[in-house]
Parts: sequence; structure tokens; C-alpha cells
Amino acid sequence: MHELAITESVVQAVTERLPGSAITCVHLEIGPMSGVVADSVRFCFGLVTEGTSLQGARLEISQPAARCRCRDCAAEFEPDGMIPLCDCGSADVEILAGNELRIRSVEVAEVA
Amino acid sequence: MCATCGCDAEAGVRVFGPGELAYGDPAPAHPAHGHASHEHTHDHPHYDPPTDQPGTTAADGHPHPPGRHPADQPHPAAADGHPHPPGSHPANRAGAGGSARERTVLLQEKVLAKNDSLAAGNRAWLAERGILAVNLMSSPGAGKTTLLERTVRDVGTELGLSVIEGDQETTLDAARIEAAGCAVAQINTGAGCHLDADMVARGLRALDPPAGSVLVIENVGNLVCPALFDLGEAARVVISSVTEGADKPIKYPQMFRDADLVLLSKIDLLPYLDFDTERHAADLKRVSPRAAVLAVSATTGEGLPAWYDWLRQRSRAA
Repeated sequence: MHELAITESVVQAVTERLPGSAITCVHLEIGPMSGVVADSVRFCFGLVTEGTSLQGARLEISQPAARCRCRDCAAEFEPDGMIPLCDCGSADVEILAGNELRIRSVEVAEVA
Repeated sequence: MCATCGCDAEAGVRVFGPGELAYGDPAPAHPAHGHASHEHTHDHPHYDPPTDQPGTTAADGHPHPPGRHPADQPHPAAADGHPHPPGSHPANRAGAGGSARERTVLLQEKVLAKNDSLAAGNRAWLAERGILAVNLMSSPGAGKTTLLERTVRDVGTELGLSVIEGDQETTLDAARIEAAGCAVAQINTGAGCHLDADMVARGLRALDPPAGSVLVIENVGNLVCPALFDLGEAARVVISSVTEGADKPIKYPQMFRDADLVLLSKIDLLPYLDFDTERHAADLKRVSPRAAVLAVSATTGEGLPAWYDWLRQRSRAA
């Protein structure tokens, strides 16, 4: 259950970057090959943000498509699942996209 | 709370250096409190900015992670009369009518940036000293400690081998390694399901391995979580034991994908098992086409010379 760990890291990174700011929304990017389950992060988010400047914030997760390049035939393709396999039969592929695990941006409440 | 594992591990993580193992005390007193009665090092670096006292010691004398104290936030019912879990209400803070404005701040920060930077620090420290660090991972019971005991006995002195042991609780594994004859530090992760770069940094300080030596970091037995956390190692070795069944690589691709070497262990038991060696090899090729594979038995010694050669070769390159 490392998603709890991941969510903790998100909260810590945001509170360190924006100390004292009331955060109303967090945008995360979680790639399908990152090994992190977006729904589990959603589940943990409310629990982990409690008592922090992120309490009550929305959580928006974008999941960009994965992209691989075959090292044997150089074809680029979108893998089907966690174990990429090129149409040429090779499993020796480079993951170009899909490993993302990033805090893209946050929304901060501005006091009028 | 530990920022990396998020599972109260910061309060629970304990590091035992050489000579600090609690023999005959497999479950150190009050493990959940993080401070057993015996002596151990108290330099506790935190992920938080180094305030050293994170201010989380509650009135009951036990450290509590922020936001986890039952009295902290009693979950008041919302204005509509229904209790909402935090984060479930779309406009809790900003106000539904938009009375408060929102400003977007781009962060573009990797979630594991902190662990990755600590791991880079470990890697640089190890490289300066020409120490080969191996992150040894597998499911529980695959034979990590048994393989290490045998490795220590056979080539421990030659390689200058030392070990950092990672387990949730107890110093049992460290005691086994020390009895086999090498320097060892034990990390107990408490509730944590994996080692992280900060724990390993503490382990390195406790162990202080000599220049030019080989350090094996035996991770917490787990085929999922440790895969995500860079410790600063030069190589990842994953054990797949024949008693677990042949389908582990394809069931846990993330763990096997980044392996530099896969050890198929307990091969002395093959005659008694219905283990499909070909399927295991084919699946492994699919998940991790670049990993080297060696079949070994720590009981009979079969295949071990190749494992030792691999260590020698990587050590020379460190």
C-alpha cells in the first residue's frame, strides 16, 4: 500500500513549496506504468490532508497514455497493460511515457 | 509521519548498528513506540525540514503523526447535515459561489523527488568510496537471508561484504548475518512496507562500510512497494524462488522490470515441485528482457559461483 506513502509525499511537497497557503485543488499526473493506483491515491487523499493546508482540497488526477519504443524494430506503440510487447514480438522496449508521478499544479485560495 | 512511506514509519523506524542487536529479544520492548530500552543511535534525520522535534509528541507521551490524533479533527458534520469525508466536498474551502479566488501555481514536481534526491546522495557517497551497493528484493520467504548467510560464509571476507537488513520488526535476520560472520545493521521499518533512501542513509551511518567493499541491502520482503523507492544502489537483484511458483515475474512486472539480475533460488527443491522452468524463463524474458538470470541453491551451493562472480565483477566496476 505505497499509495499512502505517495500521497504523503504529495502533501509534504506542496506544504513545503507553499507554506501557509490554503490549497483548494491539487493536480496530479499518474502514468499507467508508474506502479501507483490513482483510485488508491484518491482514497488516501482525504485522510492524509486532514489537519493540513490541503484539507478539503479537490484532487484531480490526469492519467496520460503510456508510450513505448521497441529497441528491436524502433516502432512506437501504446502498450496494452503493464507488460509492454511490440507487435514484432520483442519485449525489449523503452518506456517513453507512462511512468509519470508528478504534482503538476495546485490551486491556491486568494484572499480578496 | 514518514513522508515516504506514510505509515507512521518515522515514529517507528529503528536502526541498529553493529553490536547493537537485541539478542534474545526478538520483539524489542514497545516496538510501536519506537524507543526500546536498549541503546541505539538517536540521530534521526527527518524528511521535514530539520527541526529534529517535529512537535508531534502528544500529552500521552507517545509521538503522533500530525493529523492522526483522534482528538485533532472530530469530523464535524457539514452544513447540509451530512458528514463528508475530507476532500469529498468539491467547494469546501474556496466557497461554492467563488467568493474566494483561486490562483494556479505550477509545481511540476516529481512526487518522489525527495526520496530520489536522498538516494542520489547515498549513491554519490557510495561511489566516492568505491562501494558496490546491491538492493536485494523478493517476496517474504524467498530465501534472501539464507542466500546472504551462505554468501557471507563463502566470500564474505574476500568481498569485504557487509549487510543492511530491512524488516518490519525484530533483529532476527541481522543476528543470522552477524553469526555468519559479517558487519550488519538492522533497520526496522515499523509499519513500513519498504526501505527508503533516508532509512538507508541512516543504515550507512550506523554501518560505515569500508572503501572498496560490497554492501547488500536486504529490503523488506515484498514484491510491490520496494520497486518504487530508489535507495542509491548500483544494482537491483530480485530473487524468485521455485517454491513460489513460476508466475511471479508476470504477476509482479514492476519489481522484475528494473532488475539487473534475477536469482532463481531453491533449485535443489525442483525435483519435488511442479515448477515450469521454461515458463518462468519466458515470462521473465518478456517482463525484463535485459536482466541476467542465475539459478542457485543456497543449500547445495549449486550455481553460487556464478553469483559470486557477478558480485566480483560489479564490485570491480564500482
